[in-house]
Amino acid sequence: MSKEVSVWGSNRFWQRSAAWVTGFSAMLLIWLTFDTVPQITMGNDADLQNGITKRVPGPTVINYKITYEMSEKRGHEVPVIGEKEAFFGRDDYSEDEARALLHLGKLASQAKNCMSCHTLLGNGGYYAPDLTKSWLDPMWAENGPYRGMTGKNTKEEAMAEFLMNPSQYPTHERMMPNLGITADEAKGLVTFLKHMSSIDTNGFPRNFGKIQGAVNGK
Amino acid sequence: MVSNLKYESQKLGIWYFTVAAILFGAQLLFGLLAAIQFLYPSFLFEILDFSITRIVHINALVVWLLYAMIGSVYFIMPDETGIETVGVGIAKLLFGVLTLAVTIVVVVYIFVQTGPADEMTLYFITQGREYIEAPLWADLGIVVVALGFVANVWLTCVKGERTGIMTVMMADVLALAGIYLAGIFYTDNISMDQYWWWWVIHLWVEATWEVFVACLAGYGLIKTLGASRQIVEMWLWIEVAMLFGSGILGIGHHYFWIGTPEYWWEIGALFSALEPVPLIGMFVHVLYDWGKEAGHAAAEGKKHEISNTPAFSWFVVNTFGNFIGAGIWGFMHTLPQINLYTHGTQWPAAHGHLAFYGAYATILIGMFYMGVQRKNGIKYLRATFASKMGVFLTTFGVLGMTMALTASAYQQTIIERAQWGATWEGFFAAQESVWMIQGYGWRLAMGVVTFVGFLYLIKDLLTISKNPNNIREGE
Repeated sequence: MSKEVSVWGSNRFWQRSAAWVTGFSAMLLIWLTFDTVPQITMGNDADLQNGITKRVPGPTVINYKITYEMSEKRGHEVPVIGEKEAFFGRDDYSEDEARALLHLGKLASQAKNCMSCHTLLGNGGYYAPDLTKSWLDPMWAENGPYRGMTGKNTKEEAMAEFLMNPSQYPTHERMMPNLGITADEAKGLVTFLKHMSSIDTNGFPRNFGKIQGAVNGK
Repeated sequence: MVSNLKYESQKLGIWYFTVAAILFGAQLLFGLLAAIQFLYPSFLFEILDFSITRIVHINALVVWLLYAMIGSVYFIMPDETGIETVGVGIAKLLFGVLTLAVTIVVVVYIFVQTGPADEMTLYFITQGREYIEAPLWADLGIVVVALGFVANVWLTCVKGERTGIMTVMMADVLALAGIYLAGIFYTDNISMDQYWWWWVIHLWVEATWEVFVACLAGYGLIKTLGASRQIVEMWLWIEVAMLFGSGILGIGHHYFWIGTPEYWWEIGALFSALEPVPLIGMFVHVLYDWGKEAGHAAAEGKKHEISNTPAFSWFVVNTFGNFIGAGIWGFMHTLPQINLYTHGTQWPAAHGHLAFYGAYATILIGMFYMGVQRKNGIKYLRATFASKMGVFLTTFGVLGMTMALTASAYQQTIIERAQWGATWEGFFAAQESVWMIQGYGWRLAMGVVTFVGFLYLIKDLLTISKNPNNIREGE
C-alpha cells in the first residue's frame, strides 16, 4: 500500500502488535511453567517423614492416614496427612514399592479408560462420580454401605473388590462395567486413588463428604 | 464428473473434506449412542460401554475437525500463493497414511477397547487421556504426517506469494503441530499429566484453532463477499493479537484445581474473562464486511451478490456460534468462584457442544461448500431447501442440546456440589433427580434433530451442484 494511512489502519502496525502480544504471552506462560512444574513435582518419602508439605506428595503417602480439612489460613479444605495407617495390611511400604504400585495404578487408570466416564481432578467424562477424593468418600468408610456390600474389612480391600467385579455390586441403575481388572491392578488403582486424594487441589471439591459428617471415615 | 479444480492441492483438499464429513457422521452416531446410555444405562452395557462410545464420539470430533482444517489449508493455499503446493505428491501419500492410521485406531477402540495395565496398552490400544486417547504408535505417525503438512505449508508459502492470511497460517500450523508434542509422554503424576495435557487441549481449541478460524473467515469473506483483502487482513492481525493475548494465558482457568498453585486463579480468571472479546471482534468483522460490501454495491446501483450463499450462511452461523458457544457459555463458568462448583459437571459438556459446533464445525462445513462450488466450476452457488434445512436443523439441534445440558448442569451443581458435597451418593442424587433426567431426554431429542440436519447437509453437499436452479452463472 503506497497510500498514507493512520497507524490504526496500518496492517504493519497490527502485524507487529500481534507478534509482540503473542510473544509476550507465550514467554509469560513459559516463565510461569518454570514456577509451577517444581511445585507440582512429586515429593518423596523424606518429605513425608519430615512433615514437609508438598502439593503432590510422594507415593509413600499410602502409609499414612489422609483427611480433608478446612484450613482457616487458606479459606478452603486441604488434604492433611496424619499418623500411620495400614494399607492392605502394611504401613511400611518403601519408596520403590509404593512407586511401583502407583505406577501400576496410573497405567491401569489409562489402560481402562477410567477418565472417559469418571472425572479425575474434575477432568474427564461426566457419566460417573468424580474420583479426586474418592478415597475419602463416606460410602467406603467403616460404616459406609459399600464396605458392607463387598463384605470386606478394610476400605482398600472393599474398593479393590468393587473394581474387580463392579457389575456384581450394582449400586445404581447406571453401573460400572467389568473391565477385566486383576487383583494386582485393583491394588494399584486403589493406591492411585489414595495418592490422588492427598493432592492439594485448592479446595476442590468443596465440602467433600460433609454430609453425614463422615469425611474422615469416622 | 470432470473436476474443475486446476490444482492437485485443491483435489487433495476435497479428499480431506470427504473423510471429515464421514467422521462427522460417526461423531454424531456415537454421540447418539452415548446420549441413549445416559437415559437407559443397560443399553449396550458390557458390549459397547459409555466409555467407548464417548471416546469415539470425541475422537471423531477432534479428528474430523483436524481433517477439515488440513483440507482447508490445501484448498486455499493455491488461491493465496498462486502456485501448486510444493510437495503435493507426498501430501497425498500422507493423507493415505493418516486415513489408514485413523481407521485402525477406531477399529481398535471399538473392538479391543481396553488392555492390561502396562506400557503395551498405551502403545497399541489406548492412552486413556481424554481427547488424545490415540495410542502412542498413532501419536508418532501423527507427528510424521504433521511434519509433512507443516513443511508443505512453509515451502509453498516461501516459494509463492505470501499473503497476510498465509503468514498467519504458517505460524499457526507450526504452533498447532508443535503443541501436540506436549501430549506425548507418560507420567505417574496425575497433576503433571494434566498440566501438559491442557497445553495440547487448551492451546489448540482456545488459541491456535481460533486463529485458524480467523484465517478461514478472512478467506471466506474475500471469496464470498468480495471483501477488501487489505481490510480483512488488518482485522485478522487484530484478531490474532486479541486471541493469543487472551487465549494463551487463559489456560490458567484449567489450572484452578489440578494441584497447581493458587496464583492460577487470578491469571486464569483475568485472561479467560478476556477470551470472548476477540470473538465479538470476529462477529463484528463479518457483519461489518457484509454491510460494507452491500453498501458499496447499492451506491453503485447494483445488487450485492454473494458468490456462495450456503457457505456464507455457515460463516455467519460461525460468528454467532463462536461468540455464544465459546464466548458466553465459556465465560459463564470460567471464574474460579463459580468454577469450584461447576468444574466436572455437565456445565463444560453444555459449553463444549455449542463451542465446538459454533466455533469449528460451522466454518469448516462452510469450507465444504466452498469445495463443492470450486470442484464444479460454479460462479454463483445458491442455497437449496436442503442447504437451509441442513444449517437450520443442525444449529437448532445443537442449541437445543446445549440448553438441555445447561438445565441439567444447574441441577447437578446445586444437588451434587452444593447440597451433597460432591460424593458418590451426591453424584447419583443429582443424576437421578427428575430435572436432570429431563435435560438428558431433551439432549437426546435434540441430538436426533441435529442428526437429521446432518443428513440434509450430506444430501445437499452431494446434489447441490447437479441442479441448475441452484447455480447462477455470472455475466
